[in-house]
Amino acid sequence: MYWQKEQECLTRSNLENLQLERLKKVLKRVGTNVPFYRNKFNSLHLNPDKLTSLEGIRDYPFTLKQDLRDNYPYGLFAVPLRDVVRVHSSSGTTGMATVVGYSKNDIVTWSNLVARILCGAGVTPDDVIQIAFGYGLFTGGFGLHYGAERLGASVIPISAGNTKRQIQIMQDFKSTALVCTPSYALKMADVMMDMGVNPNGLSLRYGLFGAEPWSEAMRQEINERLGIRATDNYGLSEVLGPGIAGECFECNGLHVNEDHFIIEVLDPDTLEPVKPGDVGELVITTLTKEAFPVIRYRTRDLTRLLPEPCPCGRTFHRISRILGRSDDMLIIKGVNVFPTQIESILFEIEGTEPHYRLIVERENNEDKLTVLVEVVESIFFDEMKKQRAFINSIRKRMSSELGIGVDIQLVEERTLERFSGKADRVIDKRKL
Amino acid sequence: MLVEQIAVFLENKSGRLAEITAVLAENGVNIRALSVADTADFGILRLIVDKVEKAKEVLKANGFTVGKTDVIAVEVDDKTGGLARVLQCIKEASINVEYMYAFVNKTGENAVLIFRFEKMEEAITMLQNGGFTIISREQICAL
Repeated sequence: MYWQKEQECLTRSNLENLQLERLKKVLKRVGTNVPFYRNKFNSLHLNPDKLTSLEGIRDYPFTLKQDLRDNYPYGLFAVPLRDVVRVHSSSGTTGMATVVGYSKNDIVTWSNLVARILCGAGVTPDDVIQIAFGYGLFTGGFGLHYGAERLGASVIPISAGNTKRQIQIMQDFKSTALVCTPSYALKMADVMMDMGVNPNGLSLRYGLFGAEPWSEAMRQEINERLGIRATDNYGLSEVLGPGIAGECFECNGLHVNEDHFIIEVLDPDTLEPVKPGDVGELVITTLTKEAFPVIRYRTRDLTRLLPEPCPCGRTFHRISRILGRSDDMLIIKGVNVFPTQIESILFEIEGTEPHYRLIVERENNEDKLTVLVEVVESIFFDEMKKQRAFINSIRKRMSSELGIGVDIQLVEERTLERFSGKADRVIDKRKL
Repeated sequence: MLVEQIAVFLENKSGRLAEITAVLAENGVNIRALSVADTADFGILRLIVDKVEKAKEVLKANGFTVGKTDVIAVEVDDKTGGLARVLQCIKEASINVEYMYAFVNKTGENAVLIFRFEKMEEAITMLQNGGFTIISREQICAL
């Protein structure tokens, strides 16, 4: 199911021509209307008219979260405030809030892009969609709301919170699709159990989850416990909000709406493109946004580019689910290592949320990485031979996936402190 | 025919074994036999106890990682060549011993050999055909 088949299935060459044409336009526009970009382009002697290929984007400077903060609130808007019909803002949990604006056309585009993602996830005009994202400055609620209305589904704008009421309404209104964070979906499953509500007795069929990183195991748990088909979608307010990328029914990567965005996956250290399939930081350029275009915005989100064609027929490249944040990156022996890579390997092996700690040391001028892993029943053997073979197998697997040698040390259960943040799982003892 | 054995993961830190035995003692679990396999970093403690489920439950509640495996217990006369005869029988069938340990019962007449074989079913058949006495956990606890 497509929402805008003509665009979603463009041939790659037509798509790339369209991207180049739109890229030139947006660069020209921000270079004229936004002092921040104008100054940067001028000092680098960049002339969008001279752009002849998409690779030319790499000459242009990045835009950082800090740039958005420095230009708080309206400094990066590319249209007069009179033409802005909506303002959203990021939560500001990691610093000062950032503000983004939308023109009338932006809202139409945004609605269509979200409608594409809803279609990809199985939603049709016959569905009753319960939007349990917060409505307000956060882009999630309104973004999905407008997209669902555009599609013609029946929208229940219940917003976040009050789980019992969510479930009551889900039962009474016969919601067929649920929009929220993946962790909230699991919370709902828990509360259903407490309330004695059997999820199989509900009308719910689809779940569209986003706004936080999650895993394949979590998807399976949600699918099983709620009896639905869960898909992942991705967005961030600085670029658009929801509607940037979403999974189709293949559930194997998120199609990026490439007619409206150019994505790059870069090594966060060298800022050069990584090989397709390798982990890197997602960098996004908006092609059509009027009120708040961004050029080469560094999302700090880690993903892999999946350029292989998708059986669903969409020609847009896919990205893997978000694997973590580049802010957590470690450089060990000159190689970029992300704690989430180690976490996902352990997750796969253990089948549960792993407890681990990374210790980085420098011995004789050489970096050394040791991974402490708490032993759980699924990875504990009564035979030393098997236990050692198991340790060897994780060591080999991690070494080959990370590209550096790794030592594995098993520790007893519940001996590693429990942290909520991923960065806390790293102890870097190197004195640099 | 099979005897349930519990295995506990131990880091090489002082006092861990003491802690395990204390937990079992407090909960009225009697240890009939044990062995420790160790490396520089960690060890695997294996136990034959009278109350398997209880032991597993209280150790888990105290934060230990506990596994349960089946082993074979063979009773032999506590005389020269007792173990050698058992191993000869197993060797003829080309079955590997993963690990083993032994204890002598109270009267001192018989020894009990605890085995984990690579091929458990085949080993049982071989031992039975060889006329060896395979005993159950109840029999071990009654010794």
